Amino acid sequence: MSCVDIVSIMSNSDYTGRRAINTVYAGLDRRYAAERRFRRYGMLAVLSGLAFLVIMFTSIILNGYSAFRQHYVQLAVEYDESRIDRDDPAASDFEGIVKGAMRGMFPWMSERKDKKRLYGLVSGDAAYAIRGRIAGNPSLTGEKEDLWVLLDDDADMFFKGYVTPVDRRPMSSRIELAFDGERAILTGDEAAFEGIVKAVREELQRQLAVAERELKNTGRLLEEIEAGATDSDEIVRLRSRLESLQERVSDFEARAFSADLNEEIGAGVSSYLVNVNGVYIWINAVTTTGVTGEVFAQNTKGLPGVFDQWQLVTLEVPPADRRLSDKEVSILLSLQDQGRVESRFNSVFFTAGDSREPEQSGILGALKGSMYMLVVTLLLSFPVGVAAAVYLEEFAPQNQWTDFIEVNINNLAAVPSVVFGLLGLAVFINFFGLPRSAPLVGGLVLTLMTLPTIIISGRAALKSIPPSIREAALGIGASKVQTVFYHVLPLALPGMLTGTIIGMAQALGESAPLLMIGMVAFIVDVPQGFTDPATALPVQIYLWADSPERAFVERTSAAIMVLLGFLITMNALAVVLRKRFERRW
Amino acid sequence: MQPTTLIAVLLALSAYAFYIGRRKAFRVSGNDIRVLRSLPSHYGYYAAIWCGIPALIIFSLWSMIDGRIILTMATSSIAASGVSPQEMSLVYSEVLRFVSGSTIGGKPDPLIAEAVVEYRKLQDISNAALIVIVLSVAITGAAFALGKIHKDQRARNFVEAGIMAFLIACSTIAIFTTLGIVLSVLFESIRFFQKVPFLDFIFGLEWSPQTAIRSDQVGSTGAFGAIPLFAGTLLISLIAMAVAAPIGLMSAIYLAEYASARVRSYAKPLLEILAGIPTVVYGFFAALVVAPFFRDAGDLIGLDVSSESALAAGLVMGIMVIPFVSSLSDDVIAAVPQALRDGALGLGATQSETVRRVVIPAALPGIVGGLLLAVSRAIGETMIVVMAAGLSANLTANPLEAVTTVTVQIVTLLVGDQEFDSAKTLAAFALGLMLFLTTLTLNIIALHVVRRYREHYE
Repeated sequence: MSCVDIVSIMSNSDYTGRRAINTVYAGLDRRYAAERRFRRYGMLAVLSGLAFLVIMFTSIILNGYSAFRQHYVQLAVEYDESRIDRDDPAASDFEGIVKGAMRGMFPWMSERKDKKRLYGLVSGDAAYAIRGRIAGNPSLTGEKEDLWVLLDDDADMFFKGYVTPVDRRPMSSRIELAFDGERAILTGDEAAFEGIVKAVREELQRQLAVAERELKNTGRLLEEIEAGATDSDEIVRLRSRLESLQERVSDFEARAFSADLNEEIGAGVSSYLVNVNGVYIWINAVTTTGVTGEVFAQNTKGLPGVFDQWQLVTLEVPPADRRLSDKEVSILLSLQDQGRVESRFNSVFFTAGDSREPEQSGILGALKGSMYMLVVTLLLSFPVGVAAAVYLEEFAPQNQWTDFIEVNINNLAAVPSVVFGLLGLAVFINFFGLPRSAPLVGGLVLTLMTLPTIIISGRAALKSIPPSIREAALGIGASKVQTVFYHVLPLALPGMLTGTIIGMAQALGESAPLLMIGMVAFIVDVPQGFTDPATALPVQIYLWADSPERAFVERTSAAIMVLLGFLITMNALAVVLRKRFERRW
Repeated sequence: MQPTTLIAVLLALSAYAFYIGRRKAFRVSGNDIRVLRSLPSHYGYYAAIWCGIPALIIFSLWSMIDGRIILTMATSSIAASGVSPQEMSLVYSEVLRFVSGSTIGGKPDPLIAEAVVEYRKLQDISNAALIVIVLSVAITGAAFALGKIHKDQRARNFVEAGIMAFLIACSTIAIFTTLGIVLSVLFESIRFFQKVPFLDFIFGLEWSPQTAIRSDQVGSTGAFGAIPLFAGTLLISLIAMAVAAPIGLMSAIYLAEYASARVRSYAKPLLEILAGIPTVVYGFFAALVVAPFFRDAGDLIGLDVSSESALAAGLVMGIMVIPFVSSLSDDVIAAVPQALRDGALGLGATQSETVRRVVIPAALPGIVGGLLLAVSRAIGETMIVVMAAGLSANLTANPLEAVTTVTVQIVTLLVGDQEFDSAKTLAAFALGLMLFLTTLTLNIIALHVVRRYREHYE
């Protein structure tokens, strides 16, 4: 019989209105609503905690997955004898070879400024690639070959779609290409350049709206001042401004709605390129029936003519808001058209140390630094932690001294990590004179930080071993030390290992104390030992997070994914170990 | 011989001593080990300890001090020419730089070059002497131990005493660590307070630690009033707790009282993942996603939100703290005796009324302790605020503005080149002392409260 049934029986009886149950009944809906509300709040709390987790992981993965691929470009390289020094190959002009190759492929980029941009599209790593090629095959001198080299990070970002969305639309309406001096003139029917015309009109209307708003504001201001009629200078100034604004508005109005549009395309709007026969024509002015522009190619011979198949390329982000100019983009597009651009697995990321150039930077140095540090930490903290746990749990007498040690351990577990950094700086570096930035010092500091974790989990593991084991060993004549080392410790070891792995995972993710002991330096070389200057994976993440380049954002996220991968593996290992060796006594 | 090779040789010698010792034990017993006082391996360990430990002690002492002695000896001629102590430390670092093979800055000064040559010569002598001494100590020790092995010798007692000494030494490391922390921050803080009065530091309203190079420049003295830092730390921690306390507490209640075992077995580990994520990842998330989000949202509704707002850093720090609050509260809620719940339910209370009127009040001390631990965690958190909070010390309570915290300042003051007699560097240690004391107090109170509470129901 449910509660409501009881209530309905009661309310039918003679005692209606007087029994305590009625008071209860009156409040019941409210109380049940409160119950449901409370329950919902609880669910909401759990869900929001999980939502944070999901948001964080998604944003990092979305930002970082593209870093695992990298774009390469195929250069037509000429190993020019004049550039290669046969006696001292290291002194050869490898950069010159790269520049020569780029110039050879895009001879129309002839101005000084253009050349500089052209060379900037290829990574500085290309020169090293050529050096390696020559060093391996000196006989190549004087030969030509196609060589895949790294693209610069900006170019890489363009191909990954972070610079601007590119819309390449194949068109089939007939257009005619003619030349007026250097200028290319493209004419066609209205459908051909409809998109550009529409965009330009929209931009004009937007500017018109801005001008109209300004006109209205100025008019209102003028009226107010005229009503007061105090400041004549101001009135004169405002009147002239009003006039010029009125002119502007009518000018925009005429241009935006005129039947035959004739407008230039500024740097504040999307850019348009027309691809005819693989040649890019950059559009800088538009009318309703045609466009004029600049040809991005060496010679225009053979180009004039009538075309049925062509391509309209829209670069949606205005050139003023992106790092690559229209010229650079057209070069990248034509490289892609020629099949000279390829996306490959980003092996540099896993085999290089840090670099100022995103495309040449990798996490190997940081990974090795972290590895050396963890080796030091493990070698020191595991034996010491186990020994301390064994002493405190098995041998220590219950006295104030033991209490004092325990209080210390519990407090150390909660001391902020940055304070451990101060300790490392003052004691290990300033007092003992150990080298700065060395994994050895980092490992020592992390040892002190992870010891409490290992000791506490080690004691828990020892506590779970039943006394009968000890009694049996002692009963057949083992000494106390023998009992512990031959019987108790082997049984507790899986639990202790679990705690140690979790402690190591904490140490791997720690970065604040490492900042204090100088592991934040910019270190290009991959460390080769425990005293080489090094950085750690989390610190590398911190360093890259400070860099403004988009390519570093991507690499930071990728490095985080690698770090999280390691942490998840370590924690999973701990879980497996616990599941496999956990014994219920 | 490299130090590592020497250690390896020493270990090999010890292993050999173990083998010989064990064999000798068999021999003196006439292959009847029942007459021995200890197991044969104990005699082996006995020999190995005598072989390895004294030599190892000498080795580590020697390598700790030989560098300094050699340096002093090598530069004694320079020191004798009447150089001041400050210049002497310059000379030391110069000599060390050239000894390590650096060629930056051209050829060394002839006096330095002489010292470098001298240093290398002394170093060779020292290394050779070390090898001879360590190896002879090891062999003498092993010979001594082997000589003492006979069937009535109590090798086990000796070995076990050695093990106990090692265990005790290891367990005192925690004390030495605490001592090291206290001494290292205390000494530098005392030096700082000699330059800047304690009261100016603790009550000063202005923080600008940049001291000029010349004394006649603007702002040459620097200001070391820590109130803006304390206020900033407090503001960010408050925001963090405003996020973490309700979410953490409510999810603990839900998981402990409402959720089915299945939901609990998934949700609890998932929430605890939040605790395992490195703080640098939270910092990156705060700087890359949360701060721009707040700034754009502020733009939309016409609020001026700083791109390093306290709100963003505090929110992300709150997310980080959620699992601490929830798992600590979970523990204490689970420790409330079932009889209390049954009593309340039996009186007709709904489940939420039971939780709110009975379980929470009963668990309150434990929950407060857990919250205090979480606050101490938030105050000491470094990477999130270094990456997402500001550097300028604004004294404000507006969460939309940029504030700085104690930990941010410690990091900024100590990263990069330092000179250890400027107030700027020493200030970091004074801040570290404040941080250590605050978190220590919070931890002690929290641990005390939690322990008292547990005892109450056990």
